[in-house]
Amino acid sequence: MGPLSELERAFAKWGRDRRFRAELDELLRNYAGRPTPVTFARRLTGWCGGARIAFKREDLLHTGAHKLNNALGQVLLAKKMRKTRVVAETGAGQHGVATAAAAAKIGIPCRVYMGVTDMARQAPNVSRMRLLGAEVVGVDAGSKTLKDAINEAMRDWTENVATTHYVLGSALGPHPYPSMVRAFQSVIGREARAQFRKLAGRDPRAAVACVGGGSNAIGLFSAYLSSRVALYGVEAGGRGGGPGEHAARFSGGAAGVLHGTRTMLLQDEAGQVLPTHSVSAGLDYPAVGPEHADLHDRGRVTYAKVSDTEALDAFALVCELEGILPALESAHAVAFAAKLARKWPRSAWILVNLSGRGDKDLDEYLRARDGGAS
Amino acid sequence: MTRIADAFVQARSQGRAAFIAYITAGDPSPDATVGLARALARAGTDVLELGVPFSDPIADGPVLQRSASRALAAGTTLDTVFGIARRIREETEMALVLFSYLNPILRRGTARAARSARDAGFDGVLVTDLPPEEASWAQPHFRDAGLDTVFLVSPTSPPSRMAEAAKLSSGFLYVVSRSGTTGARQALPRDLPRTVRRARREARGLPIAIGFGIATPEAARRAASLADGVVVGSALVRAAEQAGDRREEAVERLARSLALACRRNSQ
Repeated sequence: MGPLSELERAFAKWGRDRRFRAELDELLRNYAGRPTPVTFARRLTGWCGGARIAFKREDLLHTGAHKLNNALGQVLLAKKMRKTRVVAETGAGQHGVATAAAAAKIGIPCRVYMGVTDMARQAPNVSRMRLLGAEVVGVDAGSKTLKDAINEAMRDWTENVATTHYVLGSALGPHPYPSMVRAFQSVIGREARAQFRKLAGRDPRAAVACVGGGSNAIGLFSAYLSSRVALYGVEAGGRGGGPGEHAARFSGGAAGVLHGTRTMLLQDEAGQVLPTHSVSAGLDYPAVGPEHADLHDRGRVTYAKVSDTEALDAFALVCELEGILPALESAHAVAFAAKLARKWPRSAWILVNLSGRGDKDLDEYLRARDGGAS
Repeated sequence: MTRIADAFVQARSQGRAAFIAYITAGDPSPDATVGLARALARAGTDVLELGVPFSDPIADGPVLQRSASRALAAGTTLDTVFGIARRIREETEMALVLFSYLNPILRRGTARAARSARDAGFDGVLVTDLPPEEASWAQPHFRDAGLDTVFLVSPTSPPSRMAEAAKLSSGFLYVVSRSGTTGARQALPRDLPRTVRRARREARGLPIAIGFGIATPEAARRAASLADGVVVGSALVRAAEQAGDRREEAVERLARSLALACRRNSQ
């Protein structure tokens, strides 16, 4: 708790500091490549034959996903806190790559924990992290995926709190992480709302994002929470409704505590955390960020799920119709948006956060297509 | 007076620190755990912490992680742990502390879990991932059931946090010897006397026990010179793990040497 209070104070101080914000803004513009555009998905819209779909293009951000927004913010904060080392967890590898890149750019040693199952299915990202100078440590415990990588990163952090900052990659974990990660990701929503208004002359009818821990979604939603825009979070429906076959916390979970936060959690009768499955490593996590649980309770955001097969189909569709290789995580959001689009008239707009690019998923996609969904 | 408080009073009157042992319930089976508890009682254990295995033990090092995995693989649940406690309580007067992560207790319902724990013969409860700042809703449920509540403080805890933990604690206050996870270490940290002094200032007379990293009689002797109780977990669990079917002998031997080291004139 001591280190969490220290982090809370540091974030409160530096988050308001003009020079810190200017420094981060400079990195976001001239290193990460912000602002990312909003693109009208003309042919996908035509294929659906209903509402118009636009993408917020976080796939165009440096290192290939929205993760860099948060990684740059936290690594810069670590530097201001005079930490000499950062650690991170990663599932799909995108947060690990983003943290490794931010650490290289800002100049601080970095260690990334990754489940060995994820290392196998996201091998290119492991090589990228190592090239970027990070030490990648495989985690061979539990389900060998994201949650176990978080366990290990938290253990490392508690062991080395004096020297180390833990760059948590999603809007989860203990306070102040969920609100800090939201703050660093809210740039997505701020940009998207203004850009979309330019494109369409008004707000969209709905905004859609995939939800693993939920950082890209909370980043987009944060701009619309007090508006009338319908908000949809899309979870991984995996290959079925049984325990261990999906990561749909809202339909299959119950309130519980994991990684220092109380939220919706996939667990068994005895309160043990259940294994999860999704074709996309980034959605493969048994708990959801606590702010999403709250938005669900308040009825402000609707949470839906999309199966492995639907996501793989959407992946192919976005490739063929839009010339974009989306991350399998983002393909979940697209698949759901396409369903909405078919039901709604052309006058309606749907804004989808294309949270990352799918180069990392190519092998996984080909494996699934040739061998049937995993 | 509760069994836990009694254990500390008795130890003090005998000029020694209380010896507190931790084992994971159900590792590798309920029978084995009951056998180990017997061995620990014979060795002079004052307080036994029985761990509820959890799927994501973030506060634990590799030894207790493996132990939890084995217990879970054997199907251990909260009810299994209560059953084990009941059997131990029939045989010994050792004080028993339910040692758990929060989620298995939440899942059962905190008040209900607390009553069942008390009925099974537990005297106290320690929830690893329930910090005092977040415990004000839970602690009354445990107290109402008649359980002592033990909270953790660490070298990084500021005085205000130590005071808050002490206020919510009964039985004893648990001082974590260093930041980090459970598991045997070569030596105790140099700033431990200072941490214990700081905790003592806020503890308002509550006994103080030191845990995390104590593996040898030497370390136990040093901890016993600073505090009222000494907790050993990973070293005992590792001894059991390595000894296989001869785990009771191995654990009894190690526990006896540790309990002996808690006698302050044992040099």
